[in-house]
Amino acid sequence: MSATSVIYRRELGAYLRSPWSWAIISAALLLAGIAFLAMDLKGEQLSAIVLERFFWSTSWCTSVAAGLLSIRLVAEDRQTGALVLLNTSPVREVSIILGKYLAALTFVALMVALTFYMPLLIKIHGKVTGSQILIGCFGLLLLAAAVLAIGVFASALAPNQLIAAVITGAVALGMCMLWPLSQVLSSPLREVLGACDLWWVHYQQGTQRGVINLKDVVYYFAVIYFFLLLAVKTMEAKRWQ
Amino acid sequence: MIRAKNLSKYYGGKRALGPVSFEINEGETVGFLGLNGAGKTTALRILACDLRPSSGSIDVGGADVVSEPHEVRKRIGFLPENPPLYMDMPVTDYLKFAGELRGMSGDAIKKRMPDVLDITDLSTVAYDPIGTLSHGFRQRVGVAQAIIHEPRFLIFDEPTRGLDPVQIVEMRNLIHDLKQSHTVLISSHILTEISQTCDRLLILGQGRLLGSGTESELGVRETKIFQVSVTVRTPTDQKPDDADAAIHAVLEKVDGVSGVSKAFVQGDGMTFALTTQKDCRADVSRAVVEAKLDLLKLDYSRSELENTFIRLVGGPNVSN
Repeated sequence: MSATSVIYRRELGAYLRSPWSWAIISAALLLAGIAFLAMDLKGEQLSAIVLERFFWSTSWCTSVAAGLLSIRLVAEDRQTGALVLLNTSPVREVSIILGKYLAALTFVALMVALTFYMPLLIKIHGKVTGSQILIGCFGLLLLAAAVLAIGVFASALAPNQLIAAVITGAVALGMCMLWPLSQVLSSPLREVLGACDLWWVHYQQGTQRGVINLKDVVYYFAVIYFFLLLAVKTMEAKRWQ
Repeated sequence: MIRAKNLSKYYGGKRALGPVSFEINEGETVGFLGLNGAGKTTALRILACDLRPSSGSIDVGGADVVSEPHEVRKRIGFLPENPPLYMDMPVTDYLKFAGELRGMSGDAIKKRMPDVLDITDLSTVAYDPIGTLSHGFRQRVGVAQAIIHEPRFLIFDEPTRGLDPVQIVEMRNLIHDLKQSHTVLISSHILTEISQTCDRLLILGQGRLLGSGTESELGVRETKIFQVSVTVRTPTDQKPDDADAAIHAVLEKVDGVSGVSKAFVQGDGMTFALTTQKDCRADVSRAVVEAKLDLLKLDYSRSELENTFIRLVGGPNVSN
């Protein structure tokens, strides 16, 4: 069995056993449900608009939950001293980061799946297609996966979970503000910064509306790859100081 | 065999270890002894491939720590000062995880698990979450994760730290059992603890190797240093300071005496501690009598290993 799979199973077990993880998921689901009732279903709207609103409000709940779930991955092990077990085992840093990341992604995917009843209600009572829902969920998962990757990097970098949370929040929020920021700049910085935006360009104007663009998918995979690579390099530097 | 050559470790510009060189033979149990900050943990973390040395080379069972860290990691079992435990996991799940990390197959772990639980006496808590266990049991789980993959070398950093006297005896017995089939390296700042467990001691101080050898070797060297305590009646015809100086001068002239402490006055007696290179009690008593002083008491002691340690690491002078 590969080291990635061994670490994946341990981390997934840790998420499933931890009341803190379930509390984060429950709070995110509660907020998503309240937002769905209070904001998304407000007034008479086309069902496609309601679905778009749902993916808008749920994206914030999911992103915050993904950030909070990711900060423990490496920083907690460092704080408790358990990281020494991984550091003194014949396991590569890429296996450690991938195993932990995939476990967090599985848990976040479970959370996204638990929101599924809301778009299903829209489909039952309105006129949206299954593909619109699936694309929206896929986009939600891509966004969460990108935030998770930022969180894993912050967790590998920070000495404790609090600092990891601050770094994750600052980087993710900063990347979400790139598009509004780019609007006050002139070309070519405007286009470059706009293309790097995490939420407005690649989520809100794409999968949230039920539209899947290859460039959005490539962008999210690039962000995930970039931050996971940074996390691996950070682990390497810290492990073998 | 473990062979370290000119090993050193710097944190920024601050030297934590070295340069030190030592060899540890297969099957030996070696104690790293030193005060806090002596470099023991740094040395063990380098051996366990948790830290990269700044310079020098270290070979563990034929594999180089810097160029083949994974090979070294397969050969060692490491118990750091704080056992690397996942509190949410039951003991057996945790040990299975530790075994899998070291590349063991499911069948091999299943076969090895009863032995490990038996050796570390964890059978009664095998399915309990680690977070619910006492400190002593957690330390045992730490030992269990270090031996699950049957490594050739075991590295224990302060294994008895925080244990109560009963647990210390149990841990000592456990290490004694492990000695039979492993090369064991233990660090401690408690001399009595380490001297009972180890075949050989490496004494570290301020990052340097101050001495090495078996307990008896270190003890034999120490027989060259004696302590003699002599008490004489305080002369009534002299002021105390003058009497102290006069007696001091008499004792210093005795052949073999290398140091005389200040007088300790109690009742009508003045006690002096002498550091000598031989057993010179007869010469001391003769000198005292010839100086027309009343000899009240004469004690002699050979310095013990504890004093060797204190002297080597630069602690309080043994003659004081």
